Amino acid sequence: MQIRLNGKLHEVSHGMTIARLLEELRIRHERVAVLVNQGVVKRPLYASTTLQDGDAVEVLTVMAGGMEVIR
Amino acid sequence: MTGFKDEPLRFGGKEFASRLIIGSSKYPDPATMQRAWETSGAEMITVAIRRMNLATGGSLLDYVDLSRYTLLPNTAGCYTAEEAIKTAVIAREMGLSDMIKLEVIGDERTLFPDTAGLVEATRVLVKDGFIVLPYTNDDPVVAKKLEDAGAAVVMPLGAPIGSGAGIRNPYNIKIILETVRVPVIVDAGVGTASDAAVAMELGCHGVLMDTGIAQAKDPVAMAAAMRYAVEAGRLAYLAGRIPKKLYASASTPLEGMPELI
Repeated sequence: MQIRLNGKLHEVSHGMTIARLLEELRIRHERVAVLVNQGVVKRPLYASTTLQDGDAVEVLTVMAGGMEVIR
Repeated sequence: MTGFKDEPLRFGGKEFASRLIIGSSKYPDPATMQRAWETSGAEMITVAIRRMNLATGGSLLDYVDLSRYTLLPNTAGCYTAEEAIKTAVIAREMGLSDMIKLEVIGDERTLFPDTAGLVEATRVLVKDGFIVLPYTNDDPVVAKKLEDAGAAVVMPLGAPIGSGAGIRNPYNIKIILETVRVPVIVDAGVGTASDAAVAMELGCHGVLMDTGIAQAKDPVAMAAAMRYAVEAGRLAYLAGRIPKKLYASASTPLEGMPELI
């Protein structure tokens, strides 16, 4: 199935959870906030939150506007 | 500060020795940014919440020593109270801070605040337990509304964000200082050291700046200049300046002048 991940289409397997998605992306939980369909998902719920086909997922972190050096 | 004992900047149950709050945008590179932060003596760094680059997993967190600096998340780029409130909630969910530098922008070209949205967002966030630092214009009436809504400080602009135009309306800043009891921190417009000194000489409790340091030819040197300017301005304010007069007033008494010719 497909989700929109930070605005881009992204293929994930059925039953994908937020915790597994972050694991696949090699992203530590404490560095990010995650939104699913514009709603903030609290960290303790990452493992139990299953994504659905077409979900919009945002993975956010602390950034400096205009600092292209940090990629 | 050079031997003079000043009280810390206090708000929302927090204390800071430095009265300079620094930004994290527009630096030529991360190493320069880190050296500028260090040189500025600032203890608070304001940061934005954005999409992570998932290809690299990079974050500004990789560059900030959290044992040394307090992060002040901001809602830069938010044009409605709703967006700003959500950004604040996201920042807190990340465990960054219960402080929020609240920006609700009303106009793309000037980046002037939408003060109605700002007051509304302040009220909602204060009720939700946030320590709110709203970026506002130099309007004393709005400053009072923000204080009444529970803002921990008010942050009037000196001039538009990134303009470096200095303190364009010192009279209004002065009236704001007389109107509210919470600390007043000038946010935006500071272009060079004298601008920061002017803000502090007026009696402001602190200055927040980003572009003035980050885009200077030598950001590290400008960070030092701003540190001294904030300290000098604060000292001059505490010392109490002499009144301005139109005519001269001799420093040396005429008594005891010899007959010379």
